[in-house]
Amino acid sequence: MFYKLPKFNYYRVTSLNEALKLINELEDFKVVAGGTDLVMDLKIKRYIPKNIIDISRVKELDYIVDDGDRIRIGALTKLQEIVDSPIIREKAYVLAEAVNQMASWQIRNIATIGGNLCNASPAADTAPPLYVLNAELKLVSVEGERIVPVTKFFHGPRKTELKKNELLAEIIIPVEKDAGASAIKLGRRNAFTLSIVAVATLVKVSGNKFTDVRVALNSVAPTPVRATSVEKALTGREVSLKAVEEASKLVVNDIKPISDVRASADYRREMSIVLTRDSLLKSLERIGVRIGGEE
Amino acid sequence: MKVSFTLNGRRVEVDVEPNEVLLDVLRLKLGVKSVRRGCERAECGACTVLLDGKPVYSCTVLAPMVDGRTVETVDYLASNGELKPLVEAFVKVGAIQCGFCTPGFLLTAYSLLRRNPQPTVEEVKKAIEGNICRCTGYQKIIEAILLASKLYAEKRSERKEE
Ligand SMILES: Cc1cc2nc3c(=O)[nH]c(=O)nc-3n(C[C@H](O)[C@H](O)[C@H](O)COP(=O)(O)OP(=O)(O)OC[C@H]3O[C@@H](n4cnc5c(N)ncnc54)[C@H](O)[C@@H]3O)c2cc1C
Ligand code: FES
Ligand code: FES
Repeated sequence: MFYKLPKFNYYRVTSLNEALKLINELEDFKVVAGGTDLVMDLKIKRYIPKNIIDISRVKELDYIVDDGDRIRIGALTKLQEIVDSPIIREKAYVLAEAVNQMASWQIRNIATIGGNLCNASPAADTAPPLYVLNAELKLVSVEGERIVPVTKFFHGPRKTELKKNELLAEIIIPVEKDAGASAIKLGRRNAFTLSIVAVATLVKVSGNKFTDVRVALNSVAPTPVRATSVEKALTGREVSLKAVEEASKLVVNDIKPISDVRASADYRREMSIVLTRDSLLKSLERIGVRIGGEE
Repeated sequence: MKVSFTLNGRRVEVDVEPNEVLLDVLRLKLGVKSVRRGCERAECGACTVLLDGKPVYSCTVLAPMVDGRTVETVDYLASNGELKPLVEAFVKVGAIQCGFCTPGFLLTAYSLLRRNPQPTVEEVKKAIEGNICRCTGYQKIIEAILLASKLYAEKRSERKEE
């Protein structure tokens, strides 16, 4: 046996109330949902918590609901359930597209969307699509609930807006009409890999002008980011390949990439430009606007 | 602590430490050696089991998390005949060399074919993304899964004719 996990007390809860009470009382704990991040972090002793609270059986946090103008996803929804959901595929396809490129089938079958967000990796692949969808997160505690935009949730690598006694309960996605969106991920290989950079974009066009442009990236800053320079440069402009190419270059103003085992900072900058451009073109294609670019 | 779950159709109860992972409980406490210890970090697929019917890695599941649930390995699916067409196809095509990765591939392929009886090459590749094989170069494994899809279809039509 190569890895030995540190010792801890194990608690299993089956309702949200029970979970919230327990995390309000206990000190020095970690909750576990799918465990694909946490068990590895225990193995490498990044965390040595005294207590582990298993929330994987809190059924009331496992759902995908269509409210018409918005979709609500329970934090304990498995990644593969998101990929397979007809609701997500129809109304927030960009999320299914990004999640389908995450990890592997075995991981997607047990890993949760809430776990991906709360782990707060700069490379979290659910973040770019949720950023461009203007998703909101419902955080709950014994004191009540609050809603925060997903863009305010990440404070840094492994740091989030969550207070000690709070859990992420729900992801709320406003349904966008007449928008084209797409997600592209670049890794060291095509499958089963963390991103070097991943991009999601969403566009709306009216009278051949961009009326709404949203661009988000991961792995190029301490947290996932919105590329507001690109968004501002395009909004209101005439749709053209030149406009998209010029604006995509501005993405370097919105990112602060580092060099690590996966790629150098320079490469990440170059690829952020290319992927932003490609994703914008793909988003446009999805609302029937073809303005070229290479295949 | 005591953990009780259905392993290969049989109820088992086993004493575990909360910090043990399912892989170790299966191999060291329950003698299930078809579940292989590979990377131990959710990257190779050698430790794949079916948890409530779905392929997952047993190396990142805490033992207490499987209490009350169902775990299946190739041993069971081989003994009840469910796996026969897949094994036949793997042998026929030559999709096995050292065999270390094979149980994991069989479980993943079996789940794929149940979900999608006639997968395309792309769909097969996507499904086995999380299983690594150091020997075969994957080509034969993909061929074997496609052949198995035909063998299962034949079996189903035979059953209908009976
Ligand atoms: C080999 C491998 C490949 C991977 N590939 C990718 C990839 O391509 N892209 C990617 O983005 N990720 C990837 N991951 C990371 C991981 O699989 C995902 O982040 C996954 O979604 C985590 O979900 P989980 O349910 O397993 O989280 P857990 O491990 O259970 O939890 C993760 C963290 O979040 C906390 N947490 C979980 N749920 C909640 C909640 N509801 N409220 C508050 N806190 C909570 C936990 O305490 C823990 O700190 C990979 C991991 C591995 C091991
Ligand atoms: S041993 Fe579990 S995936 Fe490699
Ligand atoms: S046959 Fe040897 S690892 Fe696959």
